[in-house]
Amino acid sequence: MNVDRITEKLNILADAAKYDVSCASSGSNRKNKDKGLGNASNGICHSYTEDGRCVSLLKILLTNHCIFDCAYCVSRKNNDIKRAAFTVQEVVDLTINFYRRNYIEGLFLSSGIFKDADYTMERLVRVAKKLRTEHNFNGYIHLKSIPGASEELMREAGLYADRLSVNLEMPTEAGLKLLAPDKNRQDMIDPMQFLKKEIIQNTEEKKLFKNTPMFAPAGQSTQMIVGATRESDQQVLQSANYFYKNFNLKRVYYSGYVPVLADQRLPALNTAVPLVRENRLYQADWLMRFYGFHVNEIVNNQNPLLDLDIDPKLSWAIRNMQVFPIDINRADLQLILRVPGIGLLSAQKIVAARKFAGLGWEQLKKIGVAINRAKYFITCKSNEFERRDLTGQNIKQFIMAQSQSKYIKNTQTQLNLF
Amino acid sequence: MHTLVYDGTFEGLLTAVFEIYERKLYPVKLLKGEWRNSALFEEVIPVVTDETRAGRVLKGLRKKLSAAGVQRLYISHMAEIAGEDCNVLGFIRHAFDSEQNIEEDYANRYVMRLSEILKMVRREKHRMEAFVRFQKLNDGTFYAAIEPDFNVLPLLIKHFKSRYADQKWMIYDIKRNYGLYYDLHDTQFIEMNFDELNRPADVIAAYSEDEGIYQNLWKNYFNSVNIVSRKNTKLHVRHIPKRYWRHLTEKI
Repeated sequence: MNVDRITEKLNILADAAKYDVSCASSGSNRKNKDKGLGNASNGICHSYTEDGRCVSLLKILLTNHCIFDCAYCVSRKNNDIKRAAFTVQEVVDLTINFYRRNYIEGLFLSSGIFKDADYTMERLVRVAKKLRTEHNFNGYIHLKSIPGASEELMREAGLYADRLSVNLEMPTEAGLKLLAPDKNRQDMIDPMQFLKKEIIQNTEEKKLFKNTPMFAPAGQSTQMIVGATRESDQQVLQSANYFYKNFNLKRVYYSGYVPVLADQRLPALNTAVPLVRENRLYQADWLMRFYGFHVNEIVNNQNPLLDLDIDPKLSWAIRNMQVFPIDINRADLQLILRVPGIGLLSAQKIVAARKFAGLGWEQLKKIGVAINRAKYFITCKSNEFERRDLTGQNIKQFIMAQSQSKYIKNTQTQLNLF
Repeated sequence: MHTLVYDGTFEGLLTAVFEIYERKLYPVKLLKGEWRNSALFEEVIPVVTDETRAGRVLKGLRKKLSAAGVQRLYISHMAEIAGEDCNVLGFIRHAFDSEQNIEEDYANRYVMRLSEILKMVRREKHRMEAFVRFQKLNDGTFYAAIEPDFNVLPLLIKHFKSRYADQKWMIYDIKRNYGLYYDLHDTQFIEMNFDELNRPADVIAAYSEDEGIYQNLWKNYFNSVNIVSRKNTKLHVRHIPKRYWRHLTEKI
């Protein structure tokens, strides 16, 4: 093994892959088979980079050679960077040896497009196949499905991978046309459609025949770059909602655009990464998936942008004061979930614990409720409750005044400069 | 106030519960340790672990709690968190003194505390599943040292056994001086005497040839995936607290 060359390749191809934010290694149910290596039944983050993102999978490109020239991508054809490509065996060896040392949960393999879609996809599939069949590797494998690859290859990919994903890249078709003129949104939707159909079919077959092979047990996901084009949060979230609903996606990832290239179509190189906006989008995403919110409740024509100062749940609450206050000892779980300061687990604990005795502030605090936020919206077994007739704006000011949020601190230090 | 001293085992704890109910001891304080060391305390009652009595208490608990509830109680005790015995005891008493199953009575301080303990223990267990870093030795065994905050090694058996079924491995808790060894068939607890083995040269000589190569590759990978313009040290340290760093290949 030529250690120096492998190290150089790893550096180049990990660096090129890091802008893909998908990191999940959960959602699969692959078990260890015949005393082989690994299983993929639990998501584990094995490390965290200094930017605070989790490292769960060996996330690399097979190559960063690419025939496309997408404006937002470091690996674009006309960018003058070092290029490299792994052989199939090199990726297999790295994966196995990292996995055995408990560095990773598995492999996330993507690639620039060399020659054409099928040629590239065929290589990706070969890596996965080799890991599964020759090494009895049962760890997590996430493959990119290359837009335009044949259905045969996509089907084979599904047999070996736990998760497949196609990146939408831009929230809207217009954004994609602007920045990636070589790419076509339909080419991305086709494989999603195909995979959705195959996954449903596989689930049906599994009900009938127990030994039907697994097909992408962790489903599919996608990613949108946020802040490279001018889409509103409403457009971003509606697009996400559309793909959750119509393609049974497990996850939509939002990637705050990191300015890596000078191009007049893109934000300037010194633009800050939209970290707060990205965070708010994820919060909104969670509200849609776990808290029973409809996308239009979070963003709509009157409120096309998410409030950057406060989280989307609080933002919804102060726009809908007619819903509150709610009685924590009587209200349905669905309604308790909508109270700012009460999370999923706290809500479930409240509903379980109130069967024994009515809950007061002290108990709610112990259960994990953020009282300083929730107190404006609830009553409980106590004579103390918010008696003033506060407007949503009042509440927002009160909460922000005592908030410890890192984001707000930033703005304050900025103001102090003047 | 009665002070009970028991041997620290779960059976010992259950025997103590038996004594408390039989002799109607209240209020009571429960201590771990050998009772002759506690001669300073007045009215120290030594608890002699008794399997029959412990068994009767366990049987009673099974009637009051679900199987998962008993399991959670066991784990909370096994974690050996200092000063929590009275809370575990409080939970048991609350379970016995109530008509219904109290596992979800979170307004009760003991139930809440047990749920907090369990959360801490589970988090530590999960961290170990993530932060164990095996190093390959010459004989093909993969070795890892850990120093978890709580005693979670027994909770790791299932995870590592079903994951690394085709390699010999050992995870050693150097804080509590015992380890877990898997020999391709089964796991067993072991204790090692490190004094002779502890010379740095010996340890390095015991590594397999390619161990250094993969450690370097991993460090390189770890640095390459960082996005400098998103640097967030606070978040980084919150996810991997510094006390874990010295066993993490990428942070050494």
